[in-house]
Amino acid sequence: MPEKRIRVLIAKPGLDGHDRGAKVIARALRDAGMEVIYTGLRQTPEMIAEAALQEDVNMIGLSILSGAHMALVPRIIDLVRANGQNEVGIFVGGIIPEEDVSALLAKGVKAVYGPGTPTSKVVEDIRSEFAAG
Amino acid sequence: MTAAESILAGDRLALSRLLTQVENGTPEGRSALDMLFKNTGHAHLVGVTGAPGTGKSCLVGQIAAVVRKAPNGVLRSVAIVAVDPSSPFNGGAILGDRVRMRDLAGDPGVFIRSMASRGALGGLATATAGVVQVLDAAGFDLILVETVGAGQSEVDIARLAHTTIVVETPGMGDDIQAIKAGILEIADILVINKADRPGVENTERALRVNLELGYPNGGFHTFLESGHITPEPPVRMEEDSLWTPPVLKTVAIESLGIPELVHAIWAHRKYLARTGLLEQRDRERLEHDFEILLQERLKADWLGSTDEAKKEQTLDLVYQRQLSPGQAVDRLVR
Repeated sequence: MPEKRIRVLIAKPGLDGHDRGAKVIARALRDAGMEVIYTGLRQTPEMIAEAALQEDVNMIGLSILSGAHMALVPRIIDLVRANGQNEVGIFVGGIIPEEDVSALLAKGVKAVYGPGTPTSKVVEDIRSEFAAG
Repeated sequence: MTAAESILAGDRLALSRLLTQVENGTPEGRSALDMLFKNTGHAHLVGVTGAPGTGKSCLVGQIAAVVRKAPNGVLRSVAIVAVDPSSPFNGGAILGDRVRMRDLAGDPGVFIRSMASRGALGGLATATAGVVQVLDAAGFDLILVETVGAGQSEVDIARLAHTTIVVETPGMGDDIQAIKAGILEIADILVINKADRPGVENTERALRVNLELGYPNGGFHTFLESGHITPEPPVRMEEDSLWTPPVLKTVAIESLGIPELVHAIWAHRKYLARTGLLEQRDRERLEHDFEILLQERLKADWLGSTDEAKKEQTLDLVYQRQLSPGQAVDRLVR
């Protein structure tokens, strides 16, 4: 039966080992009817870009709590775009200082979600992004 | 360049995008499948099935890693299709098989694709066969298809694959489980994964005794009066005319027993080729694909040409118990 589903890659780049947030988001997106590819801990930017390519995802969610977001996120964006996936939206969740948020948004990140963000907000944003794209 | 041409030229993004089209059943996907079909039929298709948590994903990743090390000096490219279940309530899915395959990252000779089952109940998604055809046409030498965590009767994989691996673990059931019909019957290779766990001897004995009943002349192990089984040479079925599924022990997470498993896969391939079964299985699979598409088309054509009001009226008679569902079909389809 023909059907189209939103495919989202949820990845944890870098070295921090705290994946509870990533799993909560993955589960919330699943419950919203999306297909969530979960790649687990300690992914390099190259691994994430390769997974996004092979899985033809619509969206990439990056969970970072290590503080290395300014090094990791721009690199991932560059690799994903270099693969030709220009339309794939990227969002970031984690502990991101205020002054870095605008820098990440300027680099092309769609949204940055801090602690306390309702999962319904993430679901809504992804749906409207998908509908617009 | 069409999508099909880009894929034959090795464009991975085009490949990935076409897999989505095929998965979604779009007209673009259908026409690319039609174009690519003549390029299929070269890959060896291996199915890996077993209960949830038996270590299928890890095992698949390890098989791919060993194949990529080219143990016999033949370097083969590997595609992996990993199916996980969709929610029956909202259609969402967590596709988590890649977590166990991280060792393969960065190898351009490996392509991993996750699929949600999207309501299909046989252990695969409806579109898995099409996805495998595209990967076959794209030139992958070995395609590993990992099913949804399967219980007893999810046997669709046996029709799709040339070689079916059924994964068990110690403590998963007794000798009665081993003689039940279903998933164990479809095994070309039986793997006891997590073989470093207690109870592995009992699992092995139960599986072997069951095989002994199914393959009385298999003769690669001997059943002694004491109820014990002689230690047999690991995989020596190349010269036998009847394939007896080997029972192999692995500890996938520590990469133990994997080269033997890879050896058994190619031994089975040789056996299929030598006995003509490779061709026979291929024909059976294509006939099955044809019949599925025929059913879909006939049903769609009929629904498109049938008066909706007449169908509703007839269904009303069924609801009122004046017609049986069978009589309703008789009345509508002439």
